[in-house]
Amino acid sequence: MAKQGLGFEITELRLGLPGGGGGTEKNEKKRVFLEISEEGENEKSNGNGKSQVVGWPPVCSYRKKNSLGDKDGSKTSKFYVKVGMDGAPFLRKIDLALHKGYSDLATALEKLFGEALRDADRCEFVPIYEDKDGDWMLAGDVPWEMFIDSCKRLRIMKRADVKGFGVLQPGEAFKGALKE
Amino acid sequence: MMNYFPDEVLEHVFDSIASHKDRNSVSLVCKSWYRIERYSRRRVFIGNCYSISPERLIARFPGLKSLTLKGKPHFADFNLVPYDWGGFVYPWIKALAESGIGLEELRLKRMVVSDESLELLSKSFANFKSLVLVSCEGFSADGLAAVAANCRFLRELDLQENEVDDHRGHWLSCFPESCTSLVSLNFACLKGEVNLGALERLVSRSPNLKSLRLNRLVPLDTLQKLLMRAPQLVDLGIGSYVHDPSSEASNKLKHAIQRCKSIVSLSGFLEVAPRCMSAIYPICGNLTTLNLSYAPGLHGNKLTKLIQHCRKLQRLWILDRIGDKGLGVVASTCKELQELRVFPSDPFGAGNDAVTEEGLVLVSAGCPKLNSLLYFCQQMTNAALITVARNCPNFIRFRLCILDPVKPDPVTNQPLDEGFGAIVQSCKRLKRLSLSGLLTDQVFLYIGMYAEQLEMLSIAFAADSDKGMLYVLNGCKKLRKLEIRDCPFGNSALLEDVGKYETMRSLWMSSCEVTLGGCKTVAEKMPSLNVEIINESDQTEFNLDEGQKVDKMYLYRTLVGHRKDAPESVWIL
Repeated sequence: MAKQGLGFEITELRLGLPGGGGGTEKNEKKRVFLEISEEGENEKSNGNGKSQVVGWPPVCSYRKKNSLGDKDGSKTSKFYVKVGMDGAPFLRKIDLALHKGYSDLATALEKLFGEALRDADRCEFVPIYEDKDGDWMLAGDVPWEMFIDSCKRLRIMKRADVKGFGVLQPGEAFKGALKE
Repeated sequence: MMNYFPDEVLEHVFDSIASHKDRNSVSLVCKSWYRIERYSRRRVFIGNCYSISPERLIARFPGLKSLTLKGKPHFADFNLVPYDWGGFVYPWIKALAESGIGLEELRLKRMVVSDESLELLSKSFANFKSLVLVSCEGFSADGLAAVAANCRFLRELDLQENEVDDHRGHWLSCFPESCTSLVSLNFACLKGEVNLGALERLVSRSPNLKSLRLNRLVPLDTLQKLLMRAPQLVDLGIGSYVHDPSSEASNKLKHAIQRCKSIVSLSGFLEVAPRCMSAIYPICGNLTTLNLSYAPGLHGNKLTKLIQHCRKLQRLWILDRIGDKGLGVVASTCKELQELRVFPSDPFGAGNDAVTEEGLVLVSAGCPKLNSLLYFCQQMTNAALITVARNCPNFIRFRLCILDPVKPDPVTNQPLDEGFGAIVQSCKRLKRLSLSGLLTDQVFLYIGMYAEQLEMLSIAFAADSDKGMLYVLNGCKKLRKLEIRDCPFGNSALLEDVGKYETMRSLWMSSCEVTLGGCKTVAEKMPSLNVEIINESDQTEFNLDEGQKVDKMYLYRTLVGHRKDAPESVWIL
């Protein structure tokens, strides 16, 4: 029942969700699943717009509570590094293991230093980090895992101050995330 | 002819028969064999605590030493059963205590265990040796303290995945100085602190300690000291594993770990800094069991590097963060692999960390001894399942869970009937099967036709009609447990052959099409079954309309009729 561009598609009457290849059966099941999702006790929409069905996926509650680090906010691995920011009176500490990537980290840094970022003049900030060799590197160049492996501390510098600091070529990705 | 042998001879012969099934068969041969068997029986397994009463158990097996009990139905794990449904162990312990039975071992799964029960247990059986609690609840550290204090010859205290209220951490200190018999201590699931000094002393005076699983709050320096005192360990569960690899503490730990040349099983890493895993490498070559499913902090290169050291692995439990590539590393490294479980690290997420059919195919190709699988994945294809079936005909347990339960084959858009059909046709020894993905009645036709050894089947969001359920009930002669949710199975499937349910342990159906009338009919026709309707809605009265669909039905065979401890939300027909 392949529907390969024979030109019939436009006139063909089809039941079901657009884009779906199957017949009514598949869509029935999908409809049932979606209906249950909407009626389900644990009605909670996550970022993807997918509702949760009670008891699905079948992961036992003990495991759910104990092996899902990030979403629950429970820390199952720790990798704290100091974070300093020009103009902010105190350093902070951040758990790198909690974050999945650079943009995630950028969001977290914004949360930590939101006020200082906002109060400063309209200048860009550049995130740099000290690596295992003691060099100060621009964050964002290397894959995330390599980064958390070698990062010993973080610093958020004003773009204007960077020139005199001996930092290497700017990369695009992370810089954009911290732009005020 | 056998009657001419004195009883002692038969007893001696029966002693060498370990399997429950075989002993059950032996007892059915004739009256004298029944008699001899029952007096010599030491170990009893009861898969449903409501199928028999403690009194009848004691009457039949007065020499009982070891009892295994299971309580709540499997779907209770997924919050489908009310918390007060039942499964209380207290009546069992009370009856056993009053009977004078010399209980030595108690293993419980999905039961409600009160502190009172544990206290009674600890004081009633002088020779008590082994307590194993799996997925239980209802007790606190006080109950554990009683067990520690009173069971003078305790060998095993094994707590797996229990919900324990343990705000008071003194229980470990309750092991008396005279207690030197511990072989196995597992408190990984406890959230509270333990007295570290008491723990060190306990381990020091337990020369037979083979298995030690710590919780998250045991710090690194304690771990190091414990390993120095117990280099004979065979099974280790690490709680917290965070250290700076360049530090002195880390070096000391490395040295301690290296002395433990007998460790073949490793688990935990409840808290982990991935950089530190290299300290573990020296013992990886001996590992046959590795459970990293509670260590979401381990992933990527650090994880695969670790696995590359584990050439002898037979059992691997992992999170799906390992990815398909990581599974490729497993496939090329772990040639002895028999059991693989891949759990979801982010069940409701976008699926950034997940595995697909590719990972499974790689493992099936690289690990020909694979016979047990639990696999949570983003997607699956028929082609992949057919390949897996061809590569691994030895599956005994095959449980596949696609995170979107009605997802078709993403390549062909077809249901996964053919894929699962290939699995049941190829794996002639298959005993347990869990299905997911888009499935029609066809897959059940295959299951009924080919899955001759199937004992347990789990179905969700599948099938088109009653035919699906009928294929299974008619075809699978050895079926013991059937659990179904959200399928269009109604009364005509349920009522086709009610006698079948007496040959099974239990049937669970939730969010299906069966009605109150249908369930009542089963109950009327089969007095040997308890048919329970579970209704958790706010209505205080059950809607008595026979045509009303039943939300949850759980039926099971029993020799002792209706139970007396059901809560309001459970109606026994």
